[in-house]
Order: sequence, then C-alpha cells, then structure tokens
Amino acid sequence: MKFTLRVWRQKGDAAGGFRTYPIEGVSETSSFLEMMDTLNEQLSTRGEEPVAFDSDCREGICGMCAMVIDGQPHGPMPGTTTCQLYMRHFPDGSLITIEPWRSSAFPVLRDLVVDRSAFDRILQAGGYVTLHSGPKPEPNSIPIEPEVAEEALDAATCIGCGACVAACPNGSAMLYTAAKVSHLALLPQGQPERYERVKKMVGQMEKEGFGACRNYAECEATCPKEISIKFIGRMNRDYLRATLVEPVDPRGPMESQ
Amino acid sequence: MELDAQIPESPTEEMWSTHKEHMRLVGPRNRPRYRVIMVGTGLAGASAAASIAAMGYRVDCFCFQDSPRRAHSIAAQGGINAAKDYRNDGDSVYRLFYDTQKGGDYRAREANVWRLAELSASIIDQATAQGVPFAREYGGMLANRSFGGVLVERTFYCRGETGQQLMLGACSALAQQIHEGQVTMHVRTELIDVVVVDGRARGIVVRDLVTGQIRSHAADAVVLATGGYSNVYYLSTNAKGCNVTATWRAFKRGAGFANPCFNQIHPTCIPAAGEQQSKLTLMSESLRNDGRIWVPRNQGETRAPGEIPESDRYYFLEERYPRFGNLVPRDVASRNAKEVCDEGLGVGATQRGVYLDFRDAIVEHGRDTIATRYDNLFEMYERITGESPWRTPMRIYPAPHYTMGGLWVDYNLMTTLPGLFAIGEANFSDHGANRLGASSMMQCLADGYFILPLTIGDYLSRHPYGDVDTDHAAFADAEREARGRIDRLLGIGGDRTVESLHRELGHLMWNHCGIARNAAGLEEALGRIPELRERFWSDLRITGSGAELNQSLEHAGRLADFLEFGELMVRDALLRDESCGCHFREEHQTKEGEALRDDARFAHVSVWEHRGDGVDPVMHEEPLSFQTLPLAQRNYKT
Repeated sequence: MKFTLRVWRQKGDAAGGFRTYPIEGVSETSSFLEMMDTLNEQLSTRGEEPVAFDSDCREGICGMCAMVIDGQPHGPMPGTTTCQLYMRHFPDGSLITIEPWRSSAFPVLRDLVVDRSAFDRILQAGGYVTLHSGPKPEPNSIPIEPEVAEEALDAATCIGCGACVAACPNGSAMLYTAAKVSHLALLPQGQPERYERVKKMVGQMEKEGFGACRNYAECEATCPKEISIKFIGRMNRDYLRATLVEPVDPRGPMESQ
Repeated sequence: MELDAQIPESPTEEMWSTHKEHMRLVGPRNRPRYRVIMVGTGLAGASAAASIAAMGYRVDCFCFQDSPRRAHSIAAQGGINAAKDYRNDGDSVYRLFYDTQKGGDYRAREANVWRLAELSASIIDQATAQGVPFAREYGGMLANRSFGGVLVERTFYCRGETGQQLMLGACSALAQQIHEGQVTMHVRTELIDVVVVDGRARGIVVRDLVTGQIRSHAADAVVLATGGYSNVYYLSTNAKGCNVTATWRAFKRGAGFANPCFNQIHPTCIPAAGEQQSKLTLMSESLRNDGRIWVPRNQGETRAPGEIPESDRYYFLEERYPRFGNLVPRDVASRNAKEVCDEGLGVGATQRGVYLDFRDAIVEHGRDTIATRYDNLFEMYERITGESPWRTPMRIYPAPHYTMGGLWVDYNLMTTLPGLFAIGEANFSDHGANRLGASSMMQCLADGYFILPLTIGDYLSRHPYGDVDTDHAAFADAEREARGRIDRLLGIGGDRTVESLHRELGHLMWNHCGIARNAAGLEEALGRIPELRERFWSDLRITGSGAELNQSLEHAGRLADFLEFGELMVRDALLRDESCGCHFREEHQTKEGEALRDDARFAHVSVWEHRGDGVDPVMHEEPLSFQTLPLAQRNYKT
C-alpha cells in the first residue's frame, strides 16, 4: 500500500507546520504506528530527522499514543487507540493528515509529542483513597453489588490518553476528571473523601487551563474506552452537593500526619 | 562475589514473621532524613515508592514514560493469584507455594516463594481498600477464575484489564505521596548509569528525554524496578520502551545477574504477520479456560477451520495431557505449539499458529457468559486480525513475554551491590525457570507493598543519612562516561537504522535462544552476537543531536545494552546443560519430550559477575535447597 502523509513537524520554540511525505511499501497487516515506524526508517536512511511520536504498549492500554488523524483524535475507528488502528482501514493511495493533540493545556514538546502532565496533577489533587500500605479489612466484609463494581470499572477503565480533551471544541477535561472521580465515588472505599475529592480535582482541573464543558459529547464519541458522559453528570451532582449542600467544616480539610 | 542469600534460620513457614520481628527499624522522626531513588513505576516501583514514602522516607521516583501510570504492568490482562481459598477448593499458602515451586521447575529459592504465597492474600486486601474494582459475584463477594498450571480457582480479576486496575491503585497511592511532597516524580527521565561510592550504590545518572540534559541524583539507597528484558528478541509482548539498560548498567557496576537464560515464551499471542511488525500482542491466558486448542490432524489441510470435522481436529494438549488439558503451564503449552507447527500442522499465512476455538464454550455456556468473560479480548483480536472469534477460531502462537532471570537479590531483595535493591520482574525473583500465570503482579506487589518497605529500612538503619551528594567525584566520572557513550553513538555515521539492527538481534536470539535451544545453535549465536555488535558500532546512523528529544538515540542506547546482554543470555543457556521450565535444551528431554532436569549438577542459581569489558564474565552458583518441598519430576499428564 502507499499513502501521502501530511505530518505536523515542530521543534523547539519555532512555529510548527505540515510537511508532506509520500510513503510506499506499507503492508496491509501493519498497524498505523508500524506505518509511522516505516516512515521513520525511510527518513533516517535519507538522513532526515524522524517524526517524534509517543507510543509504548502498542496494545491500547497504556494511553501513551496520541495522534489526531484526519481531524479525529485516534483516527476514524470508534473505541480505538492510535496504536490499534490498522492500515487496512485506510484506502490505498489516500492522503492522511497527522497532528498532535490540540489543546493549550497540552503543550507540544516536539512534532506529535505533547506534555499531558496536567492530567497527573488532577489525579494528584485527590484521585486516591488516603491510606498506608499494611493490613487492611477482609474484602468480603464489605460486599459490593456486581453492578456497582462493574459501573466503577466502566469509569476506571480510562487510560488517561487525553483524546477527550483533544476532541472537545472547548478543550475540556471533564470526561477524564469525571471518570476518575466517579470510579471512587461509586465504591464504598471512596466514600469518606468523596466530596472533598471532587472539589479538589475539579479545582485543579480549572487551574490547568482546560475549557468548560458545553455538552458537545465529542469526548464520549472519541474516547477509545467509550466512557459515557453520564459520569460527567454524576460528577456535577457530587460537585454541587460538595459545594452547596455539604456543610463546610470550619476546621478545614484534615491533613494527613 | 559473595552470595549470602540471608535466609533466616527458622522453619520455612515462620521465616518471614521471625525475620520481620528481628529487622532493624528507622524511627519515624529519622525517616525523612533518608532519601531513596526508585527507578521504574510499574506495579513494583509504584507500590514500593508509595509505601516507603507513606512511612516518611523521601523518594525520588523516575520513569521514561510521560506518566507513571503507563509502565508496562498496565498491560497485564488476566489476573492476580492469592491464597484466599474463597472457593473452598483446598487452597492454602502451602498449595500456592507448591504450585509456584513446581511450576518454576524447582529453580527458585524456597524461602522467597513461601513468603510470596504468604503475602498474596494481603495484596487483595490492600488493592480493594484502594478502590480496585475486582469482579464480584451476585452476593457481593469477590469472584475468582482459574488459571494455567493449577487445580484451584484463586485468581482475582477486573475483566481483562487487571493490570491497569492494580496499576491505578498503586499509582493513586503514589499520586497521594507526590501531592504530599514525599515523592518527587521525574517523568520522561531515563537511567543511564548507577553510581557507586565506597562500594555502595549511592545514586544514578539520568538523561532528561525532553531536553537531553544529563544529570545526577544522589540517595541513601537505590531501587531498580525496571522490568524484564524480553525485548532482546525485538518482537515480544513487552512495550516498545521496555529495556535492559538499568539492570545491565547495574551489572556492569558490580551487581550479579542471575539466570539470564530463563525467559518465558507465552503461549497465547497473536501470530506475527510480517516484517513491519513492531510488537506481539498477548491474548490473556485466561482464554485457555474456555478455548480449546487444536490444529488440523493432516498436513496441507486447506479447509476453513469451521468446515474441518471433529475427526480431523487434533486437540493436542487435551490428548497429550488429559488431566490439565488446555491448562498446562505456559512452557509446556508453548513448546507443544512449536512442535505441531514444526510437524507442518501450523495454521495461518505463516504456518506458525494454532487454533484457539470457542465454538464449544459458546454452545455450552451461551454467548452472554462468554461475552462477560472475554468480550474485550475478542474485540481486541478482531481489531488486530480482522477476524471475529465469534465466527472463526482465534489463531495463536507463542511469543517472548516475561523474564524470570534478573538481578540476583538476597532475601531482603538487595543485589550483590550494597544499597542497590531490585524488585518485581527486574530481580531474578521467585518464579524459578518458569512463571505461572497471574503470579507476576502478585510478586511485584508483594515486593513493593510489603517486603521492600521493611528490608530497606533495615539497610538504611545501618548507615548514616545524606553523607554523599552529587558533588562527589564518582558522579562526575559517571556523567562523563555517559556523555562519552552518547557522543560515540551520535558519531558513528553509518547507514543502518536502529530498528533494523534490533530486528537482526531479535531474529538471532529467537532462532538460537528461543523456545528450544541446543549447544550448536548457542555456540553459533555466541560467535554472531559480537559480530553484530561490531556492525552496530560501525554501521548505525542517528540523526539529530543529544541535546533534544531524540527517540532514535534513546533506542540506540537501549539496543547497545541489549547487544551486550544477549551474549550473557546465550552464555548462560549454554552453560546450563539441562532442561528446566522454559529453558528447554533439546539434548535433555524425557521420552515424552518433557524438560529433563539434572538436579545433581544444576540445582542452583547461576549468578554472573562482570569482570570488565572484553573480559569473559564469571559464573557463581547459589545452591538451592529443597526442605519443604522435595524435588520431583514435573508431571502435568496424570
């Protein structure tokens, strides 16, 4: 198979731009990233600098790969990460445009590589159950309905790739944050810190410069793990309750020792 | 090189509790004065960093990915074992110990394996408390599934993404410690050397993968949680970035490397499709619970699998191993798949594949039940191959997956280099010559949550804190060497890409040191690896500079280490003139084609010592004793 690739190139502080590369000899069985590997081998052999892009597990779970392909984060297949796209899904001879995630909260480091550390900071703001390692209660002493465990897992299946932000016209990180918040809010283990957690994580999300949610639902349509926007509604309910209904403890939040 | 395993002198089942009671402690007020370096943020690294930081130590934590959550533990699918005996089927600590030792073909240290089994149940408790949404039964109790190589159901799971969920648990604990300032996280940062001062590991040299800056970090102890080396084969189930560099650099600085030839080939992977393939995808072993493995009985079969009648199907595992059937251990399943393909019965375009068929399971249990169990795996398979397992059998073939070898550690998880610890897959660990399914996450988390946090305290308590910083000359020397290596790589100026040279090494290792090995093949590889290494250092071409994000340079540095390491692996495989577990030497097999151990000569851990570049390494033996479970020939047939 052969293709014409329009690839975003950007280095240092200089403004980026598209470069066009013809590519031939791509196997139908190769994945999108293997096609990019082939391009890079051809570039290296010619003495040109290869295209920098992120990838690691290449089986759709680590969340590292991130390309906007023909205007769609992770490309045209629903419920699929970039690394799980195969070239047989693209017409032979077609023009393919490849860009990095587009969001001011995810600055470009080089070519298609962006800095997603804002996501980690949202998680660090409260996406955990405060605990030490050591003896814990017997898990079966706290029965959990399978539907509840499954719903928590529907949220927890988020791979933190950032496609939701890249897809959103506003660059909102609501789906990511809602998935993280809901995972713990649904489980008994997450209850003690439930309302404090949602306040902290939403607060951090706002600090990072992500846009506001306007219910476009592009995030849900793009999410490689098909996470539902119902979790955004769920988070909003918790957030409202946390900020309006729950009494404010005058002593402030408890700091761990 | 002295190999004192520090095994406590008490009965096996009391060792860990006695040892814990006698370990030296660091008081809570002194812990913040000690600094620990943690390299790697997979299940072992993240859990250990979070645990020791929560105790009060200061931790500098490093990963080469852009977020700790991306480390390759995330990709573990099937589950995690624990001796909870929730199914009332006779499970116990002893039974899990027994299965692990037997599965490992009696090449692991009994004391460690017992401790692993003993701690397994606490891991489930810890993970549940973090909010890991394990599968539940209708009554709200935790669910279990069975896994290869055992006769009880003790595997806990979260659909097909148990690794991700356990990782999110460990990484959430890590996130809490980062938030509290106990852990300083350094992402997109790669270890390129270990720094030794006065015989103790006191820091590391790293490269910032974004800016290219080389810098040093000093600490009171260094922990490597850097995973395995399956990417020596180029094609493996590992992530693209997985590499041997950290453990290899440690080896060159004085840490012994144990059993490098023990690497596991996983039986249920999607077969390779062509030369452009960059990695192999694992399909969870849990598929073997319901899928039946077969090949056509006759060579040259041209019918579609669905049209082949029962009489012309060869269910080779069920026929050869009636008791375990499709659930034999991984090494046995892999070798049998290779054998039937060698006999010309393989399926698919490359003829290197066997069928994994769900037809009967769908009839027996119904589509809904099978969907609950494997929906995401079926989807993943269809995405990659374009074929639906609902309509046609999957095709699978073995692929390099996990490495049981690694840095030698004592009972306290410390390497032969004082102050340098290795945990998770990076150490030579508890799995002997073969790891059972759903045991890797168990080991990573036992090391990280429960063992290292105590043993590292014992070590630290014996030394003053913070007495060495990066001004020490050893850091400047190590940085200079590291810069020299990078300049040398950039200055080769040949015409070969890193990928093409890595592929070449992979072919060589797979053909000569893969599923089955023999002396002639290993000798040949021993001659050809140095040649390939020379070509690497003369023909490689890297564009760009070292002072920027340069992925070819990163890959080249890792390949340079694989090219040295591959030779040690072959050397070890050649010297271990027996078959055991995954290490199958064709010269040593039973009449039925099973691995034939030679306990008189090889009931030991082979520990390699670096003696300088260009000098052959020396092998030392740690003898293994079998007091709790006497040696026996593995038998999965009756």
